[in-house]
Amino acid sequence: MGVTSAEYELRALMLASRNGDAAAYRSLLEKLSAQLRGYFKGQLSRVNRGAAEAEDLVQETLLAVHTRGHTYDPSQLLTPWVYAIARYKLVDYLRRTRISSKDVAISETDELSAPDDRGQVESNLDLSKLLAELSPKLRRAIQYVKLEGLSVSEAAHRSGMSESAIKVSVHRGLKALARSVSREEKA
Amino acid sequence: MKTDHLIEILSSNIEPIKDERLRKGLMLALVVGGVGAFCVMLGTVGLRPNGPPRLGYLALRLVFTFSLIVLAAMLLARLARPGQSAGRLLKVTFIPFLVIVAAGATAIGLQGPMGLGKMLFGMNWMTCLVCIPLFAVVPFLALTWFLRNAGPTNLRLTGAIAGLLAGALGATAYAFHCPDDSVPFIAFWYATMIGLCSLIGALIGPKLLRW
Repeated sequence: MGVTSAEYELRALMLASRNGDAAAYRSLLEKLSAQLRGYFKGQLSRVNRGAAEAEDLVQETLLAVHTRGHTYDPSQLLTPWVYAIARYKLVDYLRRTRISSKDVAISETDELSAPDDRGQVESNLDLSKLLAELSPKLRRAIQYVKLEGLSVSEAAHRSGMSESAIKVSVHRGLKALARSVSREEKA
Repeated sequence: MKTDHLIEILSSNIEPIKDERLRKGLMLALVVGGVGAFCVMLGTVGLRPNGPPRLGYLALRLVFTFSLIVLAAMLLARLARPGQSAGRLLKVTFIPFLVIVAAGATAIGLQGPMGLGKMLFGMNWMTCLVCIPLFAVVPFLALTWFLRNAGPTNLRLTGAIAGLLAGALGATAYAFHCPDDSVPFIAFWYATMIGLCSLIGALIGPKLLRW
């Protein structure tokens, strides 16, 4: 299979996101989440798991795409990178929940499965509970910058932290969140 | 939590990503690991007790360990990215091992089997046995830090290569202590201990490097 137009579009969005284009990034994550949802639903239906579990994995993968964005090599295709993360998270999830990973097809295809419905399904993840596990400093940084939408300098002003400390705290906070999401689903 | 909400959180106020971040992280881990291994060497057994090493033998040790360091670091730079395979580079990594074992066997062949015990066990094979894995601990921790912040998807292989790289860094530090100037000694013990470090890495990789 050649490089599809979806790959071109997603890769262009990723490259723009890497330069700090938030709108492109948002669009990228929306498109990826639709494709990932289709992929996870398809895979999970084979082991009799439902939509909420698929949504957990979509969110875990989006968090990984976000916190591991620097592991994408811009000279390479984007879709195989996303697919590798998705498959890793799926195998990890199946191992955690003790379902044999033999059921996961080792597909060489570059393409994620077809788009599915919108991002309105509730996952099992509870944001306020996850945030409560963070240290106050990290929680405040995420609260200001990511939830209330303050700019970094506004957040720095309000919290009395330096701008670089805010940036570092947001990054660390999201990574801690991604980590506790991987733990959370164990149940 | 709805996925739309998560996307909103992730995409608000984003920071640009620098291309060289992954490479810089690996370099930092190598420098910290290398310096750490050297300091542990100085703090425990210290520099070579029987005077400065004969240059040819020191060079042999360092060429062996450095070729492994370069190859394993190149491999890790690939394996740290989701979905990238080791490729042909993995096979190339065996070449330094083959070369040094061939050199060791040649040296034994030239000397005859008479001095074999002395050549192979030297003055302190036991120290070598303990020191290389001991000196590999700091490099392995530094590499683990790097990899946990990256995205390896083949954890067993990544662990093996991280162990190999840590072992090669540990052996480099040990080379400045090693009092045994014997090709078979270097061939056998250095290769075995670095291989052991790699094996340990492969065993604990899947648990340690999970993300």
